[in-house]
Amino acid sequence: MFSPAAQAMAERLGLTLGRANVDEFAATLEQLGRTDPNLLVVTSDSRGSGKLAPFGQALPRQLVEVGIAEQNLVGITAGLAACGKKPFGVSPSCFLTARALEQIKNDVCYSDVPAVLVGLSAGVSYGALGTTHHSLHDLAVLRAIHNLAIIVPADNLETREAVRFAAAAARPVFLRLGKAPLFDLHAPGTRFAAGQAITLRDGGEVALIATGETVIHALLAAARLAERGLAARVLSLHTIKPLDTEAVLKAGRECRAVITVEEHLVHGGLGEACAAVLLQAGVSKPFRIVGIPDEETVTGSQADIFRHYGVSMEGLSELAVSLFTVA
Amino acid sequence: MTLSDVELQLKAIALRRGMLRLIVHAGAGHIGGGLSCMDILNVLYNRVLQVSPETFAEPEHDRYVQSKGHCVEALYAVLADRGFFPSSDLNTVCRYQSPYVGHPTRHIPGIEMNTGALGHGLPICVGMALAGKREGAAYRVFTLLGDGELAEGSNWEAALAAAHYQLDNLTAILDHNSLQITGPTREVMSHEPLADKWRAFGWSVRTVNGHDYAELTRALSDPPAPGQPTFVLANTVKGKGVSFMENLASWHHRVPSEAELTAALTELAAAERRLRATP
Ligand SMILES: [Mg+2]
Repeated sequence: MFSPAAQAMAERLGLTLGRANVDEFAATLEQLGRTDPNLLVVTSDSRGSGKLAPFGQALPRQLVEVGIAEQNLVGITAGLAACGKKPFGVSPSCFLTARALEQIKNDVCYSDVPAVLVGLSAGVSYGALGTTHHSLHDLAVLRAIHNLAIIVPADNLETREAVRFAAAAARPVFLRLGKAPLFDLHAPGTRFAAGQAITLRDGGEVALIATGETVIHALLAAARLAERGLAARVLSLHTIKPLDTEAVLKAGRECRAVITVEEHLVHGGLGEACAAVLLQAGVSKPFRIVGIPDEETVTGSQADIFRHYGVSMEGLSELAVSLFTVA
Repeated sequence: MTLSDVELQLKAIALRRGMLRLIVHAGAGHIGGGLSCMDILNVLYNRVLQVSPETFAEPEHDRYVQSKGHCVEALYAVLADRGFFPSSDLNTVCRYQSPYVGHPTRHIPGIEMNTGALGHGLPICVGMALAGKREGAAYRVFTLLGDGELAEGSNWEAALAAAHYQLDNLTAILDHNSLQITGPTREVMSHEPLADKWRAFGWSVRTVNGHDYAELTRALSDPPAPGQPTFVLANTVKGKGVSFMENLASWHHRVPSEAELTAALTELAAAERRLRATP
């Protein structure tokens, strides 16, 4: 996932490697499920991808398998939620948010049932499996649906807290998870609240507003920029909706430039959400959206794809420097 | 509140009358399918479903999800008659800022889920029936499907799951009027033999005349085959009860003129007189 230089930087920052968010999700869910018999998991032959086989073994009455049928997965999840259950419908994000989008829109969000949908192996987590398995559209389409909280955790702590939030939520929630082991970004006990960005590093030159598995790259880039005398602010904007507009505006007003970073197409995701907030408030600063461009995605692992499109310590720090050089 | 067949049939005439007036007043609605499923809804809400305005919020009540959501006017008429909300509310259907949208929504008392896109009701009901099974709850779950709707693949995903989980607390009713918006269903996308298909999917199938109160009552009330979901194949007539609307796809969502409304109401009045004259 990281270049040797980035790896060395992570070590200098004292970061330690945690597990994959999907593992943290499964463990948290099992923990919650043991004390809440109403908590159910609904899978579409996806308990392997969701690391939920132990959940199914420990709590067989709380797992519903629907087979490879995502529309049915979401409809059933909605029906369970309407009848007093707390279901987590779990399926790869590429299938869940494309094939079953109408069920998400109508059965879950419009009907307003307390269901949780979990998009697994999101973004380009599946790497070289290619475009059928990438979900670079999910944030865009889900942002355009009313009544859905969208959370993209950046590390295990954010995942744990997001799962707890979702389990207690009275309204629909979507969690977007990847499957690569991640560095722990937050000290234990860091406060997580849905809808509130977490500031990982303060600075007034450039704001790096990132989400999900790209946050670590923004943090490493900020550390490298500091070595060059540029103070970068890093925000983990884990909740895409409702967006923490206050944090985005503050970053836009206080910093000389803004770069957003996401594992998503550059259209319709975090970047455009931030741009809309800033521009409508009259905040106009040099602004760049880093993500996957609108082209057939290059073949490679998630790390290859990130590096190719500049989602890396090197790519992001060079982009930041170029903004000031041009300006 | 036990109504005889004749009393229910008289109620059906009043419900059809109310629905026609509602659609003309709203200037919109699905009249042909509403008339074809009205007797089914009448039997459900007045004989079968264990639900009332008082018990609707309780966990144990029977669930009904109208998968063919476009025929909401028939459902509105039945729910108003059952006292879920005042009939006068129906003057606002489809009007600016009214909660009475042209498809079912949970803002309306008595409505379980928001429907309107086809192929959604059955998966939702599988979830509801599963919740009941896992709870050990006694409630039953019903959905009403249109026959054109069966072309949606999600129905067949749910059909598999219902049999897999042995959901004998689930009943899917097919309003089999053999027409859809474009024309005869067998021409648009043929799906016969339906009874064989549902049996092959593991369901217990009951074929009835969807306008016969005794047959509908038996099919919807008799205990299920243990471990099997029930499919009630209700053969119906699109536009049932108004001769010039019957069996015409063109009445799918046409709004009657004042003259057509008068003619339709005259026919219903005559039917009512005949029924009352029957010993
Ligand atoms: Mg039909």
